[in-house]
Amino acid sequence: MPWVVIANRLRDGIVVFLAPGGGWVEQIAGSRLAGNEREAEEMVALGQQAEADQEVVAPDLIAVEERAGVIVPTKRREAIRATGPSVRTDLGKQAED
Amino acid sequence: MYRYDEFDSDFVLQRARQFRRQTERRLTGELSEEQFKPLRLMNGLYLQLHAYMLRINVPYGCLSSRQLRKLAHIARVYDKGYGHLTTRQNVQFNWIKLEDTPAILEQLASVEMHCIQSSGNCIRNTTSDPYAGAAAEEIHDPRLYCELIRQWSSLHPEFSFLPRKFKIAVTGSPRDRAAVKVHDIGLRLHRNPAGEAGFEVIVGGGLGRTPFIGKTVRDFLPVQQLLSYLEAILRVYNQLGRRDNKYKARIKVLVHEMGTEAFQKCVEEQWEQIREGGLTLPQEEIDRIGAYFAPPAYEDLSDSVPALETTRREEPAFDAWLQNNVVEHKQAGYAIVNVSVKAVGAAPGDISADQMEAVAELADRFSFGELRVTHSQNLVLCDVRKTDLEALWRRLAAIGLATPNVGLLTDSICCPGLDYCSLASARSIPVAQSISERFADPGRLRDIGELQLKMSGCINACGHHHVGHIGILGADKKGEELYQLTLGGSADENTAIGKIIGPGFDAEGIVDAIENVVETYLSLRQDGERFIDTYQRVGRDPFKENLYASDQGR
Repeated sequence: MPWVVIANRLRDGIVVFLAPGGGWVEQIAGSRLAGNEREAEEMVALGQQAEADQEVVAPDLIAVEERAGVIVPTKRREAIRATGPSVRTDLGKQAED
Repeated sequence: MYRYDEFDSDFVLQRARQFRRQTERRLTGELSEEQFKPLRLMNGLYLQLHAYMLRINVPYGCLSSRQLRKLAHIARVYDKGYGHLTTRQNVQFNWIKLEDTPAILEQLASVEMHCIQSSGNCIRNTTSDPYAGAAAEEIHDPRLYCELIRQWSSLHPEFSFLPRKFKIAVTGSPRDRAAVKVHDIGLRLHRNPAGEAGFEVIVGGGLGRTPFIGKTVRDFLPVQQLLSYLEAILRVYNQLGRRDNKYKARIKVLVHEMGTEAFQKCVEEQWEQIREGGLTLPQEEIDRIGAYFAPPAYEDLSDSVPALETTRREEPAFDAWLQNNVVEHKQAGYAIVNVSVKAVGAAPGDISADQMEAVAELADRFSFGELRVTHSQNLVLCDVRKTDLEALWRRLAAIGLATPNVGLLTDSICCPGLDYCSLASARSIPVAQSISERFADPGRLRDIGELQLKMSGCINACGHHHVGHIGILGADKKGEELYQLTLGGSADENTAIGKIIGPGFDAEGIVDAIENVVETYLSLRQDGERFIDTYQRVGRDPFKENLYASDQGR
């Protein structure tokens, strides 16, 4: 099962994902995928470093899956974080697609 | 309403500036998240699912039009154009940026507002009757005592790090609209045979994962002794309350484990030591604070307004609104108007910046520039001339705030749930919306009558599901949202904890289940019975039988 690292950006709290280049992106589509545990561990370390550097808060490794070519967190809670409130589809990341 | 003096204003502004410096230190890395988190929480700033959430105190639900305009401004400039009314009569914003928060706190300070103690293990915003000062049956206005509690509890050095959060509610009416029996401390103002005002003191009520109804530890406490007695209770709790397990740290668990009598004895002993100290309230101080809550300049009006009767005959929607949303006032010619923030299909308690501004304007025009936030997530205009009711109704209807459902099934209390809250297990708003749509017909709704639906998205019970006539608790079962139904709760003077009726339902099934329960009630009710009356008469079996007779149960 692939994973991504999710966090909240420190200065504004917006949900971000660790990107392949080491930076952070707001859309899960641009996130770095860990395909194995070694890579996942490396990404967790990068998340922790970003927290120490005041970039993000509460980095967390979450499981994702690919559905119709789209990366989706397997847990509802994280899926809502990755899109926005299900009751306000005009807000959050889902409104920025 | 209460106005800040020079000390209050300076203090609140200083706190906003202090938070500016703390935020700067966090952003430059001088403070770690671990160090900063308690500081931001002390200022009401949480980190939720999508962003930071800021909870702003509305002391005992009293709000001026000027303050509401400021909230509209914050919603527009710093949030995404809306705010959320909470069950502690506060206001929350869901999309706040940390870097903007110091500026927001400074803006709030300019209208005598702040977020201090809206989070953390301290004494939170004291809540009260949203009709305080206006209710026809009121014995005593509770607001002045709420204000005295606010002043005593704000940054109380001894009670800033309690075992757990602490919530106080005060009512001055026989009809309890403040849910005093499910608070850490509930205070019920009444008069003794000599006509003096005093409090029944109720301790150890609460909801959450272990609901308890509070126990009366004193039938009559003279008002002058209010603060010394509260101090005695808090001291006992602070010393004996559990700190080893956060789920057992509320005072309700202490009272339950000690037993009411033993707890009461400890409080009385503590009180004996301090009752003659500096906390006895001098009459001049009671009068000084009381003067802030003097009645507004009511006109001498007739209580009979024939034009109202004509309009209600011509306009059924106006008639429905008068019946459900307008309440009798103590002053002839005036009425209390509930502003429903529960339009059909809307998120309960969510209010847009435009609506806030429009209501502020209506408060200025029709209700002496003041409003109340209710614990059931609505607004109230407390002092409206009956001759203005039609004009007010038309304006409220134009901004979507005249749904005639206050006290009815679709006027539900609902927590933000998994759409916003990092603690939630399941979504609650979509379920409230579906129920609201299912029961959208105002005629059907009125026929069903008074029915309190309360819904929480997790066991923390922010949506008060334990005390809903019908309660819904959202849970997560192996990744699927599951909704458990409780029946028979009540949050008024006849407080009761609802009972779980049986296996839970999925998101679609729960709406059918609510309809099934309502149909059972309609088939069983006798003349004049509300849902809760029928439930108390027949018990849960008939409801359970009908619910699980079909294959609805999951």
